[in-house]
Formats: sequence, C-alpha cells, structure tokens
Amino acid sequence: MLTNVPDKRSIENNLTRVDKVFQNLVTLGAFFSMVVLAAIGGFLLYRGFEIFKDFGFSFITSSKWDIGDPEDTSTAILGIGAMLVGSIITAIIAVVISVPFAVATALLIEFYVPGWIKTILVSILDLVAALPSVVFGIWGYAVLLPLVEDWSVTIEHYLGWIPIFNVPSEIFGRSPLLAGLLLGLMIVPIITSVAREVYSQAPRDLIDAASALGGTRWGALRAVVLPFGRSGLVGGTMLGLGRALGETVAVYLTLNLVFEINFKILASAGGNVASLIATKFGEATAYELKALMAAGLVLFLVTLLVNFGATMIVNKSRKIV
Amino acid sequence: MDSQINETTRPHITAKVEIPEQRSKLHTEDLQVDAASKSGLEARSVHAWFDKHHALADISLHFPKNTVTGLIGPSGCGKSTFLRLLNRMHEFIPRAAMAGEVLFAGNDIYDPGVNPIDIRRRIGMVFQKPNPFPAMNIGENVVAGLKLSRVKTSNKDALIEDCLTRAGLWKEVKDRLGSAGGSLSGGQQQRLCIARALALNPEVLLLDEPCSALDPGSTLRVEETIVQLSATMTIVIVTHNMQQAARVSDYCAFFLSDGGPGQLVEADLTTNIFSNPSDSRTADYVQGRFG
Ligand SMILES: Nc1ncnc2c1ncn2[C@@H]1O[C@H](COP(=O)(O)OP(=O)(O)OP(=O)(O)O)[C@@H](O)[C@H]1O
Ligand SMILES: [Mg+2]
Repeated sequence: MLTNVPDKRSIENNLTRVDKVFQNLVTLGAFFSMVVLAAIGGFLLYRGFEIFKDFGFSFITSSKWDIGDPEDTSTAILGIGAMLVGSIITAIIAVVISVPFAVATALLIEFYVPGWIKTILVSILDLVAALPSVVFGIWGYAVLLPLVEDWSVTIEHYLGWIPIFNVPSEIFGRSPLLAGLLLGLMIVPIITSVAREVYSQAPRDLIDAASALGGTRWGALRAVVLPFGRSGLVGGTMLGLGRALGETVAVYLTLNLVFEINFKILASAGGNVASLIATKFGEATAYELKALMAAGLVLFLVTLLVNFGATMIVNKSRKIV
Repeated sequence: MDSQINETTRPHITAKVEIPEQRSKLHTEDLQVDAASKSGLEARSVHAWFDKHHALADISLHFPKNTVTGLIGPSGCGKSTFLRLLNRMHEFIPRAAMAGEVLFAGNDIYDPGVNPIDIRRRIGMVFQKPNPFPAMNIGENVVAGLKLSRVKTSNKDALIEDCLTRAGLWKEVKDRLGSAGGSLSGGQQQRLCIARALALNPEVLLLDEPCSALDPGSTLRVEETIVQLSATMTIVIVTHNMQQAARVSDYCAFFLSDGGPGQLVEADLTTNIFSNPSDSRTADYVQGRFG
C-alpha cells in the first residue's frame, strides 16, 4: 500500500495578456448571443403566456382558428395543430428532395468537374443562396405552380391509392408538395455548401487507398468520402431544415392555408406556422396577436429542438468515425 | 553526416531472414529493358511531371517476375512518383503528366484501351502511412478491395484468414475481427493494409516505405512477409533503410536528383549495389556518405 499519497496539485494555466483579452472577448460574444436568444424566447413567452394559460396543450393539438366575438376573448378557439403539422410536412418534403440533390451536386463539384467549372458552379450556388425568398415565392407561384399541378394530376392518377397521394377534392394547386419543393430548392445551396466543405476534407490517403484497390471513382467516394462526410451532412441538413421550418414569404405565396390537419400532400390545402403569423399579423385583434406570439414561441422551440437534435447526431456520429 | 549517425543509432535487426531460392538464379541482365523474359513489369523511358515541374526523367527498368526490387535514393528524388506511375495512381494528381511506357505482361498499361481500374487491381499498392478505412472493421478492411472492385467471393471468412495470415497479423487479430481498423497499432494497421492488398491476389505489389512508421519488431514481420510473398508475386519496395534493402531485395535501383528531375543512377543485384557498385555516387549513398 502507498502510504504517503500527496494532495493533488492544481495546475495553473497562466494566459498571456493577449490571450486573456481574447478569451474575454470571445466569452462576451458567446454570452451575448445566449442573451439575445433568451430575450427573444422570454419576450414571446411573456406576450403569449395568456394563450398557453387559456388553451393549454390544445393550442398545439387543435386545428381550429376562430377568434369568435372580438369583444369577448372567451369565445375564441385558437389552435395551431394544422399549421405545425403542415410546417413539418413541408420541411420534410424539402429535405427529402434537397439532400440527394445537394449530395450529388457537392460530389460533382468536388470530385468530377475541372477547376473553372467548379468556380462557376460555386458562384451560381452562392447566388441562389442569396436570392430573397420573395423572389423564390413569385417564381414558385408563376412557374412551378402550373408544373407541379400537372405532375400532381399524374401522380394522383397512378398512385392515388396511397393515402398521402390521394386528392378527394380534385383541387391541386398550392399544395404542400409545391411549397415543399420550393423550400427544397431554396435549401439546396445551404446543404451543398456544407457538404462540399466536409467532402473536401476527406483524407486524400484514404481515397488513394480505395483507388489503389481497384475502386472506381464512385466506389472510392462511397467507401471513403460519404462515410467521412456523414456527420457534416447531417449538420448541413439540419441547417436547411431550420430554414425550411421558418421560411415565411415563399410558403405564403405557394401554400393554401387551411385550418385542418392534412396529410394529403398533393391537395391544395396545408399549413405553416410562419406563414400563419405573416397572414394574420396585420389585422389581428389584441388577443389573436397574443396567439401569434405563442405560435412564434412554438416555432422557436421546434427550431431549437431540431438544432439540438442535429448537434447530438453530429457528435454521436463523429465518435463512430 | 546525419545519416551516418542514424546508421549507427538505428536499432539493428539481427534476426535471420530466410533467403528464397530464386536468389541463386538472379542475373544482372534481367534488369535490362527488353530482357529475354517478357514477364513481370517494365518501365521504358518513363518521365513524370507535376504541372511544369519535371520530376522524373528517362527511367528504364525491368522488374523480373517473382523478385523483390528495392528502390533507394535520397528524399525527393522521385521514388514515390515512379512507384505511382507503375499502377496508374500518378494520374490522380491534378496537372500531373507522364511520358514513356510501362509494360505489364507485354502490354503498355497507359494504352488508351486499357482500363486503369483493372491495372490497379492487378498491381497492388501499400502506402507509407497506414491507411485502413476507419468506417470499416478489421475483417471488412481486408475484403474492402473485393467490394470496391465488385469481385464476388464464395468464402469470405477463409479469404480474410488467409490474407491476414500471409500478412503476419492473423494471430493478433483473430478474436477481434469486428473491431475498427483504426483501433490497431500502427504496425498492425500497416500489416492490415498489406492483407487488404493481398485479398485481390495481385500479380505485383508496390510498397512505398511500408515500414517507415513501424517499430523494429513489426518491421521484421513485414520483411518476412515480403520475402514469403515474393515466391508468387513481383514486389517493388521503396525504402530509406539500407539494411532493409539489403535484407529483402534481390535487385536494387538507385535514384538521384541533382536538382533537376530524378534519374536512375544504376540498377543491379542487391549484393553488387552494396558491395561493388559501378557508380561512385551509389557507393557514397549506400555507405551513408550523403542523402
Ligand atoms: N503532388 C505533387 N505535386 C507537385 N510536386 C510533387 C508532388 N509529389 C511529388 N512532387 C515532387 O516530385 C519530386 C519527387 O517526389 P517524390 O515524392 O516522388 O520523392 P520521393 O523520392 O518519394 O521522396 P521521399 O523519399 O521523401 O518520399 C519532388 O521534387 C516533389 O517535390
Ligand atoms: Mg516517397
């Protein structure tokens, strides 16, 4: 047995002055963003608190949006169930469409095209990323809408027996598919840019190893680059998902808001929390305004949750690799 | 000067290396291009460029079938470049170019009709830095090449065992084939990479300083592996370790760059290179007087 075990020494890490100043600055910056985040959440909670008190959980689950008698708030029935489900459906459609597209584009840019084409493609993507969403919205309405309407009719004709592709009303138009597709196009540049970033970091020696084993270029990408970039891709996807969940104007122009939970993605009826807020904000009564603040808080929390989930997934998959 | 010090401080490996029987039948003439036997691998007036940098000039060398050839020379003289030219890995470097011919079983591997993927499968390569695939476990790493080149195997487990045994790793990993390739030590990883190359049953194996990251024990094991493999495989090995070149190779080729592109100074039986080289620069190098 050891008898003379000494006390543990504390190890001082003496930072230089420059380091100290820098550390304080960085801490301040991080602290500041936390404060802003908390302030926004707190504000929304404060303004929307009455709604949560009056409706409780049914604000999230019920789909009816009726202010009733404007003079008497007790007659109002307000719930964002349909909007929340709609937000999630459009965001999922957007992600499902954009991820394969973004991965393909990122691989193409990083591994297949010569330098000058790469430069052109990257600037196009940057341009698309910088387009204001209202431009996307107008384009979606004017160009994409008729196209998607045609496709929807065809899809319904052949796949209508699958519940989500069924359209009993036979009204297509401004459907979750259209809004989701448009959102998908909007987030392709975000996901592509993140994917490109991580793919370009894939270790050269592993790609060489795969090639030296008689792998095709695609084989090497699949064996090395895709597994290496998986966690980064998840992160990029979550970034895109966040944008898709929060997008307002583009959805406002391309989705027909209906206060009824709808899983039929081809039908001209859907929901979206952000779009709801934009639609109702102008003419809202004082009480309805509170409900919109509450809806904003829900959206805020969902987005936080998505980001939190993304961080977890990224950390976890990083450990595996 | 430096290398002289290294030479004396380097741990000596004194274990005996079994000398395969071919050594008795080696002939200097076999190294000549257009040697009577057209078997094995042959470089003819090969040049290499990286963009405008002329890295390698006019290398002609014949690697007789089922022999071990050591490539030696100071850092930067183009040994790795030459090696990568032999299995069409050179072209992966952007703006890299080459001239000349590399004949494999009598055919130019740079011929437009040749499928480079097929060449890389038949001419395997092991790199300086061990590079097992981190997303795969040990067993999967061994058969990764089969998966990559879509070769079907009837008996995967037997193949894994066979390759790991030949690479001298089987005993150490047989109970942990499911753990990650990256969880092995550096020396084990390198032998895993050799096993991975063996799984494709290549006719030629190119080794680029395979032992530079290994401890003396692992080095010895890899060297034994090389000697055993040379019974059925043509092996080209780049090494900075003169003792290693002397231990494993049948022939040695000395490369040198005098500021310009790397060139082949001489190639001969390993015994001649070390005891009686025809060029004084070779003698200086192998005796550690420069480089
Ligand atoms: N990817 C590359 N791009 C540009 N130049 C390169 C590249 N690889 C090698 N070179 C150049 O080609 C020459 C030969 O390099 P090479 O790697 O073949 O040398 P080496 O003999 O293998 O050296 P070492 O013993 O240090 O590994 C060097 O001058 C090097 O700078
Ligand atoms: Mg080298």
